[in-house]
Amino acid sequence: MAENLIKPENLVYEKTKVLTDRVMHYCPGCGHGTAHRMLAEAIDELGLQGETIGVAPVGCSVLAYYYFDVDMTEAAHGRAPAVATGIKRVFPEKTVFTYQGDGDLAAIGTAETIHACNRGENILIVFINNGIYGMTGGQMAPTTLPGMKSSTSPRGRDVATMGNPLKITELIAQLPGTYFVTRQSVHTPGNARKTKRALKKALEYQKLNKGTCFVEIVANCPSGWKMTPVQSNKWMEENMFPFYPLGDIKVPE
Amino acid sequence: MAKKGDVVINIEKCKGCEVCLAACPHEVLALSNEVNSKGYHYTVKVNSGCTGCANCAVVCPDAVITVYREK
Ligand SMILES: Cc1ncc(C[n+]2csc(CCOP(=O)(O)OP(=O)(O)O)c2C)c(N)n1
Ligand code: SF4
Ligand code: SF4
Ligand code: SF4
Repeated sequence: MAENLIKPENLVYEKTKVLTDRVMHYCPGCGHGTAHRMLAEAIDELGLQGETIGVAPVGCSVLAYYYFDVDMTEAAHGRAPAVATGIKRVFPEKTVFTYQGDGDLAAIGTAETIHACNRGENILIVFINNGIYGMTGGQMAPTTLPGMKSSTSPRGRDVATMGNPLKITELIAQLPGTYFVTRQSVHTPGNARKTKRALKKALEYQKLNKGTCFVEIVANCPSGWKMTPVQSNKWMEENMFPFYPLGDIKVPE
Repeated sequence: MAKKGDVVINIEKCKGCEVCLAACPHEVLALSNEVNSKGYHYTVKVNSGCTGCANCAVVCPDAVITVYREK
């Protein structure tokens, strides 16, 4: 039993080299970190590190360019799909992704999201849906659930006065320009591994030039939701998944 | 018999979120009483039941855990 297993030939899991060694600024237990790692592992396993260009959003993941060890740029709030469109058209041989929260992608950036998807730009859009504006203090987002509390809906979202949550992923799946649309999560080992498989598929499909691939990751925001990370993951399963069911929404024929 | 494994925890990077604890099928992990330089209680190994399944490392948002498994 005293045998030392910690030697290189026994290594089965370590941080991918597509993530830098920087300590991420995210709150403890925040899904952004795991989502970053799954995307970085997908890029790593497909050998795409040298040819990938990412676009970071405005939101908690605004500093994503510090963490992904690939070429990255930063877009104005919500404009990542437009910036990615330009990059992909100038460098069609590169692998291009955006990484965006729900405030970025489904509120201020709705036009860019819908038109990039409708044009069928050959990019990957990674959409982190935590139902809230995390960075600015937990305000209501278009994706906030009916009855869900946020700092601007302290008694819960009342759809009669505050409108309905927007299922933007189902919406863009209707557009002819999208090729692969799926909704995943990263809160358990099994879900995280599935997310990586979906991201790998999406990156492989990009080589086919068939249109936009869109991977939603339903994620927690323990600080904005005012829960511990473990509580927030349970709350997500019980409340977010019934409204935002996991699984593929549009798959290539 | 299940294979034996081991984990190395980068305690300075750990934020004490407990997501890995919930993911370990063998209750190998717990939070320390001590804190790291950022003030977080960090993950420690509390028994030798690790099988090297890597579940903890896969869900750790901060890439804190490295996993080894006997060949
Ligand atoms: C033009 C502009 N409008 C508003 C803001 C303020 N702002 C910063 S982040 C953000 C929303 C972020 O929410 P989300 O995209 O859901 O990401 P999260 O922080 O939850 O990951 C807003 C409204 C801004 N930075 N720029
Ligand atoms: S505010 Fe929410 S989304 Fe932002 S880092 Fe903290 S937990 Fe994550
Ligand atoms: S590798 Fe598996 S068994 Fe070992 S500590 Fe992590 S989750 Fe537990
Ligand atoms: S999941 Fe990672 S950061 Fe959270 S307690 Fe475990 S080792 Fe620490």
